[in-house]
Amino acid sequence: MSIEHRDDTGARFGMWLFLYTEVILFSGLFILYAMALAKYPAEFSDASHKLNIYFGSINTLVLLTSSLTIALAVSAIQMGRIKQTLILCWITIALALVFLINKYFEWSAEISHGIYPGSEQLAEMGPGITTFFNLYYFTAGLHGLHVFIGGTLIGVVAVMTAKGKVTSDRYTLLENSALYWHLVDLVWIFLFPLYYLLYH
Amino acid sequence: MSEETHVPVPYRTFILIWVALLILTGITVAVSRVDVGALNIWVALGVASIKSSLVIFFFMHLKQESILFKIGLLTMLVILAIFVGMTFLDILYR
Repeated sequence: MSIEHRDDTGARFGMWLFLYTEVILFSGLFILYAMALAKYPAEFSDASHKLNIYFGSINTLVLLTSSLTIALAVSAIQMGRIKQTLILCWITIALALVFLINKYFEWSAEISHGIYPGSEQLAEMGPGITTFFNLYYFTAGLHGLHVFIGGTLIGVVAVMTAKGKVTSDRYTLLENSALYWHLVDLVWIFLFPLYYLLYH
Repeated sequence: MSEETHVPVPYRTFILIWVALLILTGITVAVSRVDVGALNIWVALGVASIKSSLVIFFFMHLKQESILFKIGLLTMLVILAIFVGMTFLDILYR
């Protein structure tokens, strides 16, 4: 009989430490935003009004709901309800896809209006608006990448759950993927009001 | 080292937190349409902080974790505050 070395609490704490570094990564971008907002308050308001608040709001609902479904998935696996865990994981992934598809349509519309980093039309609107959109594309793009990674991670864990490698006794992988997914949600909780909801 | 196993959080709790998050989102959107001057951004950040706390304490199970996890979060927030504070000391008094 082999002795198993296992420290679930340690594994979770490691995940939290990693998430702190992610927060620091995103906060660098938010600090840049704050500095630019202090310099160009009026331009930032104008630029914010060019963003589509409906896309932003729908994606907020989608991400909050996906955070709920993955949190429920963790409870489900703790209670040994494997089938429910799988359904909840797949719903979370489907919501991640909805988020990215929305993003695709949103960015396509903006790019077709000549709003993208390096565009001449954007440069004509002045430095304030250009800064807003450069930061918007970078921050939302990095966030979108995290959505993609998180969705993939949950997909891998769902397959492992279906194969019986993640069980009600051993579910740290699902817990840690869920933690990552909640971080993605946390970033959006700040990104949404700061970019989409500046008062005109 | 003994493993502390968490009691599963009932579905009901998570659904209630989700409803609270939706209501808070509604509040942020509504407040952003009313002009309260520079207060707008602070209200938005305040509501976002409340939403984050709900996500961190309930969805991320921080409420159930040991004191070590809570100290970790606090440390990160202090570092972040220094990071932001020092940047603004530079910008505002340049």
